[in-house]
Amino acid sequence: MADIAFLLLIFFLVATTMDVDTGLTRLLPPIPEEDEKVEVQVNKRNVLVVLINRNDQLMVGGEFGTRVDELKDITMEFFLNPANDPTLPEKEEAEVQFPIGSSPLLPPDGMWRGMVSKGVISLQNDRSTTYKKYLQVQNELVAAVNQLRQDFCKLYFDKDYDDLNMNSPTEKEISEAIRNVYKMNISEAEPKNIGGLN
Amino acid sequence: MSKFKRKKGQGAQKINTSSLPDIIFMLLFFFMVSTTMRETEVQVQITPFEVSEVKKLEQKSLVSYIYIGRPARHLQGLYGSEPMIQLNDKLVNEEGIPTEAVQDFVLFEREKLPESDKNKMVMSLRIDQDIPMGKVDDVKQALRRAKALIINYSARREHNEQGR
Repeated sequence: MADIAFLLLIFFLVATTMDVDTGLTRLLPPIPEEDEKVEVQVNKRNVLVVLINRNDQLMVGGEFGTRVDELKDITMEFFLNPANDPTLPEKEEAEVQFPIGSSPLLPPDGMWRGMVSKGVISLQNDRSTTYKKYLQVQNELVAAVNQLRQDFCKLYFDKDYDDLNMNSPTEKEISEAIRNVYKMNISEAEPKNIGGLN
Repeated sequence: MSKFKRKKGQGAQKINTSSLPDIIFMLLFFFMVSTTMRETEVQVQITPFEVSEVKKLEQKSLVSYIYIGRPARHLQGLYGSEPMIQLNDKLVNEEGIPTEAVQDFVLFEREKLPESDKNKMVMSLRIDQDIPMGKVDDVKQALRRAKALIINYSARREHNEQGR
């Protein structure tokens, strides 16, 4: 009996893997149709340009030599613009519908009214940038937006954003509404060469 | 006639093994439940990545894998050591443009999905750390052209979060 069990055990040890599929999920922009190439005019203050050059050095918002671990705070400040700094992005009034009665801090109709940032992050990399650096930068940008969402969720619903249960309709609605308050506005430029020859 | 029988030199006492199958079966069930079948053999070298903001991919049936890395050591004699693209289980080894292979791959994988899930397809990118982004950008452009827009940069969750 034990022999059979051992045999099966060893078979499963060999034939299976433990790894779970995890990762950063991102959405690629669709390729624009030839005839509808619209140049979107965006105010300069609303864009934070993040460049990574071929030597894996960062340039964020015109300043060279930013470290990766500073990027999260820079991004959060960019989206929040707490002091209404004229060099940081504009904000516009927005209304986001939350489930009625989900939070005591919301008005009775569940409509959140507040200022939403118009900021966009533009991420550009060189063809020789290493994937490692690129993913670290992506991670910091995503981390910044997640942190903002988390703070909002904690304040209004006293819950972690990550713990929202996607199987419950109310919490799913909350999660989607928070995503509308803080949008993941990270645009990736069309690939091009920056920083000289390859 | 001696009162006490001398113990025969039998050495150590035998352990009762009647519960051994139960234990092994328990281990077996643990592994059956907690692991998944190995579906593809990765033929390129990829060092796993650790970042803090990872999310789990929920529906495995929607996921296709694209690996980019240097060929595994035993294949380097065959393919050289330049970075190569592997689509699910086959290496793209034609000299030509790998982007076309990627586009064909996307179309092929999309055909396998039911009609309702066709636009939910997720491409999981498993890329080695020191691959230059040029190669990744090419693949991303190919994915955009093939309208496979949901991508997932595969990475593991960071173990220690210091002061975040």
